[in-house]
Amino acid sequence: MPKKSNTFEYAPAPESRSIVDIKASYGLFIDGEFVDGRGSSFKTINPATEETLAEIAEASDADVDLAVKAARRAFRGWSRMSGKERAKYLFRIARIIQERGRELAVLESIDNGKPIKESRDVDVPIVAAHFFYYAGWADKLEHAGLGANPQPLGVAGQVIPWNFPLLMLAWKIAPALACGNTVVLKPAETTPLTALLFAEICQQADLPPGVVNIVTGAGSTGQAIVSHPDVDKVAFTGSTDVGKAIARAVAGTDKKVTLELGGKAANIVFDDAAIDQAVEGIVNGIFFNQGHVCCAGSRLLVQESIADELLTKLKRRMGTLRVGDPLDKNTDIGAINSAEQLARIRELTGIGDAEGADRWSPACDLPSAGFWFAPTIFTGVTQAHRIAREEIFGPVLSVLTFRTPAEAVEKANNTPYGLSAGVWTEKGSRILHMASELRAGVVWANTFNKFDPASPFGGYKESGYGREGGRQGLAAYLKGASL
Amino acid sequence: MPTTAPTDPHPGLAAYSEVTASEASLRRFLHGLPGVDQVGAEARAAGLGTRSIKTTAKAWAIDLAIRMVDLTTLEGQDTPGKVRALGAKALHPDPADPSCPSTAAVCVYGDLVGEVKAIVGDRVNVAAVATAFPSGRASMAIKLADTRDAVAAGADEIDMVIDRGAFLAGHYLQVFEEIVAVREACARPDGTHAHLKVIFETGELQTYDNVRRASWLAMLAGTDFIKTSTGKVQPAATLPVTLVMLEAVRDFREATGVQIGVKPAGGIKTTKDAIKYLVMVNEIAGEDWLDPDWFRFGASTLLNDLLMQRTKLTTGRYSGPDYFTLD
Amino acid sequence: MARIDVRKTYKLYIGGAFPRSESGYSYEVNDSKGKFVANAALASRKDVRDAVVAARGAFRGWSSRTAYNRGQVVYRIAEVMEDRRPQFEEAIRQSEGATAAAARNQVDQAVDRLVWYAGWADKLAQVIGNANPVAGPFFNHTAPEPTGVVAVLAPQASSLLGLVSVVAPVIVTGNTSVVVSSYARPLPAVTFAEVLATSDVPGGVINILTGDAATLGPWLAAHMDVNAIDLVGVAGSAELATSLEVAAADNLKRVRRAPGAEPDWTADPGLSGMTAFVEAKTVWHPIGI
Repeated sequence: MPKKSNTFEYAPAPESRSIVDIKASYGLFIDGEFVDGRGSSFKTINPATEETLAEIAEASDADVDLAVKAARRAFRGWSRMSGKERAKYLFRIARIIQERGRELAVLESIDNGKPIKESRDVDVPIVAAHFFYYAGWADKLEHAGLGANPQPLGVAGQVIPWNFPLLMLAWKIAPALACGNTVVLKPAETTPLTALLFAEICQQADLPPGVVNIVTGAGSTGQAIVSHPDVDKVAFTGSTDVGKAIARAVAGTDKKVTLELGGKAANIVFDDAAIDQAVEGIVNGIFFNQGHVCCAGSRLLVQESIADELLTKLKRRMGTLRVGDPLDKNTDIGAINSAEQLARIRELTGIGDAEGADRWSPACDLPSAGFWFAPTIFTGVTQAHRIAREEIFGPVLSVLTFRTPAEAVEKANNTPYGLSAGVWTEKGSRILHMASELRAGVVWANTFNKFDPASPFGGYKESGYGREGGRQGLAAYLKGASL
Repeated sequence: MPTTAPTDPHPGLAAYSEVTASEASLRRFLHGLPGVDQVGAEARAAGLGTRSIKTTAKAWAIDLAIRMVDLTTLEGQDTPGKVRALGAKALHPDPADPSCPSTAAVCVYGDLVGEVKAIVGDRVNVAAVATAFPSGRASMAIKLADTRDAVAAGADEIDMVIDRGAFLAGHYLQVFEEIVAVREACARPDGTHAHLKVIFETGELQTYDNVRRASWLAMLAGTDFIKTSTGKVQPAATLPVTLVMLEAVRDFREATGVQIGVKPAGGIKTTKDAIKYLVMVNEIAGEDWLDPDWFRFGASTLLNDLLMQRTKLTTGRYSGPDYFTLD
Repeated sequence: MARIDVRKTYKLYIGGAFPRSESGYSYEVNDSKGKFVANAALASRKDVRDAVVAARGAFRGWSSRTAYNRGQVVYRIAEVMEDRRPQFEEAIRQSEGATAAAARNQVDQAVDRLVWYAGWADKLAQVIGNANPVAGPFFNHTAPEPTGVVAVLAPQASSLLGLVSVVAPVIVTGNTSVVVSSYARPLPAVTFAEVLATSDVPGGVINILTGDAATLGPWLAAHMDVNAIDLVGVAGSAELATSLEVAAADNLKRVRRAPGAEPDWTADPGLSGMTAFVEAKTVWHPIGI
């Protein structure tokens, strides 16, 4: 009877690609139709193979202007439509997303590189849930506690990142539409495909033309949206540097702005933590979505008295992570989204080495084509190291130690960011103390990286302002309302 | 299988002698173990449940699962005829296919050990439940007599229940001493001893914190296996409860060098379930535990499903219950 | 022969003390008819620096007080103001050229506004926070927390009601503040500082600088340890307001934009003065046994 090594292997269990139909080229979605752009075009590739997936139109300023005009024309009818009717469109979209969930998940994994088990079990279900959640608000806005006669802002210009392409689209579009706004949305340059499939879903739902416009492109297209004079609202998720540029660009205007930017979250583990779950939380905190998560728990603060024990367990657990084909259902860590991002991760981890931190990765075979980075931890890191301060946005964890709760708070808050934080302890009063001391918009206590449409998300300090999700998420899309 | 005499504790355990020296020190130790967060543990178990394994590995996993089955009947209506039939099934689960392995053991009440032994001999182990199974509510003398009786009748393995009342009342040392005493009662005149499995009845302990404490308590008391359930209380075995126990045996070996087996029992009915358990064994405790010496399934209906899936893999078509023996 | 009066040179209010301006400069404050009333300290960038340090130092203590206690402290300001009504009325009449009745009315409203905000201290979280029914075994709630150090460019026209209307919402929610008073009408702000010094407001929670918003605003807007800024004091100066908003982007300050003209402070203030300077914090915890 065979026994032990190499007999109990997981099968490559690839999700079928045949479910998605990727066209050779895509235009822009303006006024309910796919149209050719007037600008140039660019390619989107599969980061796991570097294979070109499609040619994508790069929207010019004139294209953006057309999209904003279409949105403005549509605003009149959409904003005057009763909330009850708007709700039904959103419910329709939510249902279609569920029905086409497999297709969306596969396409997301192909274009983004994230593992299918995440696109299938996390991204797409939350996308559908987000549309369901805000659909229900559309006819209840006057009960939201945001003013007696809540009014939409007008045309919302929305620019989203590549780490959760469809999920960020849902976070932007669902509340905007529920409140009666119309939108012009730009997906990230490297991940446009699910947004374009969403455009088809809008057609399938018979959404009135112009209510949702999708314009693809890079930074200059985004700038054109943000600075367009007929845009009433700017919503951006992405880097803090671009967020600051947007804040400057809208200065002196009446544009309402929400920014969801970078982070360098502390994940704090006390000596009385439920240690096995803490290890899972650390892994989920930094290796979920290849660490391409603005709220990733990228700084592990572990109480010195259990540091060795915790790191032993963490390393053992990291040894079971499976890196590889994003479409394989057994894959835990997929591909890095782009060559550019991979270079950034390599640069910062190189700096970690140079600064004298100790790098460790489990043995793992990385595919030869595509962009890959093994899950990595750096120990012996201090607050003075760049890898403890700068957002790496990859599967790289910096490990620091602390002695007392006060020191943990001080180190956790010692950053210009303030998006999220984690705390692990079995002591209830300490959880509440830490939750109140941590200057971050989301505090996960004894859990990490949980998302829900009903739960507001957004940062303190340089992690941005405004909230997405929940009742607070409506305020971003209504006149006069804040939080 | 470990065959050291009960009076001969492993050197790795020596460091823990102070822990079990008094009620107070044992309580301090058990309450000092890291807590288990229910939601996190259940999420981890569910995550492991989504792994899929290779077809070749699946064939191996099914045969391994069959070899890990403690084929069980524990009914008031058990008769000599019933348990003999079960013994025959354990020896040749699929009479049509001689390549099909035997199960690990047959598990019955103590009074029927001899009946099964007559059928299976030394080819399949006979396990007997003891210590006033399933409630454990009897005097110590009765529990020990129950155990000795089964061992004398030829039981290779004893599945004892802990006194959940004592455990929940916080009388940890009492539970500890009971396990030690039962283990001594497992001794045979030739110096060997029947293999001891300690059943926690996790459905009654309710919290994963209790499961972790019970695991350490039993391991310190010298058990060979820790087992989830009697099958008489719901919920019986679950993936997360087994996860917590696998973490315990993993950590215990790391601390002491002593390897302890794990047996989920009750409620595991399908091949799919069994493979999820094996994936968990592999990822949590490690491949050293992927062996009938270190992992068992306490089950009855599971076996026929394993056989059906085994046949499906060999023949390429789905089978039906008429083609497998009902015993 | 008429008595020679004692002419006053007022000082700044920083960290609970009354220092002179670091620069040593002061400026003449005249009444509405152009007649000299007093000298006010002319705050400089170094006073901005000191005031921010004081506000940051006071933040942890003030923000961690109970909401009930903060309400008590703000209510106490109203009580002390009530005691000093004549002084405030006089300051408003001089500064704004208001009639006695109008000055009295403004003091009434200012005191009432403080009382109104005092009551919000322990209610705002109940009104704008919520429990979130997430789809999983998790406790999840959202509640407001103070943003941090808030720079307030106080209104230029409404010297007391306007001032109180922008300062009270900032501090009642647990922020600390650096306030630049009306340049031409600083005396009610100076008297307000004296009220603060004799009330229960801890030093550093409200720092009051007399001086020019156009000079001090850029330092505050660009200060990397200031978390938010209220630009109402430069209402009507679109270019200045825009440049301050641009500077504020360097650390992503929360900006309450300058309106085209100074608002009517007698109107119902609503919640926006408070909600502009709070952060929604969401806390998750598993629910299990």
